[in-house]
Amino acid sequence: MAQSVVSLDADVATSAGNFELSVRLCAPAGSVVAVLGPNGAGKSTLLRVLAGLTALQAGIVSLDGHILDDPAAGIFVPPEQRGVGVVFQDYLLFDHLSVLENIAFGPRSAGIGKAAARTIAASWLERVGLSDRSSAKPRQLSGGQAQRVALARALATDPQLLLLDEPLAALDVGTRADVRRHLRRHLQQFAGTTVLVTHDPLDALVLADQIVVIEAGRVSQAGPIAEVTSRPRSAYVAQLIGTNLLRGEANGHDLHVTEAHLTIADHHVGPAFATISPSAVALHRHAPSGSPRNQWLAKITSIDLLGDRVRVTLAGTLDVVAEITPGAAAELDLREGDDVWAAVKATEINVYDMGRA
Amino acid sequence: MNRARQRPPVAVVAAALLAVGFFTLPLVGLLQQVTWSNLAADLTTPEAAEAIRLSLVCSLAAVALAAAFGTPLAWFLARSDFPGRPLLRGLVLLPMVLPPVVGGVALLSAFSLRSPVGGWLNNAFGIQLTFTTWGAILAETFVSMPFFVITAEAAFRTIDRRYEQVAATLGARRTTVFRRVTLPSIAPSLAAGAVLTWARALGEFGATITFAGNVAGRTRTLPLSVYLALEADRQTAIALSLVLLVISLVVLVALRDRWLSRL
Repeated sequence: MAQSVVSLDADVATSAGNFELSVRLCAPAGSVVAVLGPNGAGKSTLLRVLAGLTALQAGIVSLDGHILDDPAAGIFVPPEQRGVGVVFQDYLLFDHLSVLENIAFGPRSAGIGKAAARTIAASWLERVGLSDRSSAKPRQLSGGQAQRVALARALATDPQLLLLDEPLAALDVGTRADVRRHLRRHLQQFAGTTVLVTHDPLDALVLADQIVVIEAGRVSQAGPIAEVTSRPRSAYVAQLIGTNLLRGEANGHDLHVTEAHLTIADHHVGPAFATISPSAVALHRHAPSGSPRNQWLAKITSIDLLGDRVRVTLAGTLDVVAEITPGAAAELDLREGDDVWAAVKATEINVYDMGRA
Repeated sequence: MNRARQRPPVAVVAAALLAVGFFTLPLVGLLQQVTWSNLAADLTTPEAAEAIRLSLVCSLAAVALAAAFGTPLAWFLARSDFPGRPLLRGLVLLPMVLPPVVGGVALLSAFSLRSPVGGWLNNAFGIQLTFTTWGAILAETFVSMPFFVITAEAAFRTIDRRYEQVAATLGARRTTVFRRVTLPSIAPSLAAGAVLTWARALGEFGATITFAGNVAGRTRTLPLSVYLALEADRQTAIALSLVLLVISLVVLVALRDRWLSRL
């Protein structure tokens, strides 16, 4: 990352009603940045700002050294001059144009002649594997095909920046994995920078190099995927990757979390986060004795079956989620509202400094 | 639902039936008076043929003018926000409720040879609007254009503007977006507005006769011919009325999905 030149540099501040978006986003050329966040976090607003569909109130957006939006300097480049391709959530293919004409729209708008634009469009159609649908109308396409046409249409303008707004959200689960794989191949071949807005962590894991997590209009965590997933810094991120996140104060091998004290394997001092994988939380009917483990009494608030595992949500001294096998669940005869003992080995608690955000 | 309450009151049914009769009887009366064997002959007399031709020319020209000027006007009303927009909309829609004869008088006062604008047009370009086909076209445009404008304005308001935004991100300038995305997506609405406008223009009487006069071959359109023929040649009047009735029915059927199903 360090050796790459920054391509997209956006310092975005804008507000609408009570909502305020204040986000810094940098992306090296050729990288794929996933912007992850719950609904209403400001992801789509960010995308609209980058595309030039919403003007900044303060801050600056620059792409490959060119300033696109800078209210202080009175600069605003309209969307049609930005060289930014956008794939919207529901694709928004032009219904009155054929698939080929949809893709040729961008080249045509750039002043390329009809025949040449169609040639470009045909080659893109081939790249997304839909040459046989060239004369179809968008409403005749399946969701996955429409997504590929929308991608081809955006890429056919040869953009420096590609924006994808929830590119897989409109698809059913069955086609989503296929389209995601297809999208990954195209993003790898794309020389420009990609910003991908999604609320599905799997999209980020498969498609992106970097993650920026936005919550309530602010960046709550940003960095390479491995770093973000191994060291979540907010409840939202922890929930996304399916782990338990605790906040506490470490003192040597002791971690003080609300009213509880946990024994941890490594030595830490000061404010710290700790993650505990749900599968590392063991449940017992009676207080386990004789082992140097962390254990506490908790009440079961819900039990869900997740594939081959049972997910047990606990409330008590520590609010955590445990995942056990259906066999173990049956043996323990767990019911919602029951009190159980939860136990975690010190080595299963992953502790890291809260320090830098 | 209470079964006892489902049957409508007798008085309401009776009044409703009377209303239906009121609408139906004139139509039946008109159809009864048509001499079907002579219909073709009645419609091909030189006067009738001339009136039909003139009506087509004037009404289609009115539609063309309404579309050419009404589309940008509708765009302004739908898309831009300026003080006095409600006032402007009211002004544009006024001809829909204004008695056509008043419209004719108003047009006279603006465009007659003695008015400043009409006089200037005549002196500078030799264009006379009163008692000419141009006058008939102008009168028809005046009363029918609002139908186009309100339909087009509604269309501009209801289309999904994100398609225009996509087009912009694909590098299309505003005029290209308008021509290649906006217009095609509102084309069905514009067509419906044009049909409605045409029907109104075709039936225009009051403003035409007041402003453009009743000059055979120049301003004597179908409705004017019907009015004139009613005293001298009743059969032709009825035949021409039948033509207008059939056209109205066709328009109604063509627009049924737009207008009837919503009621």
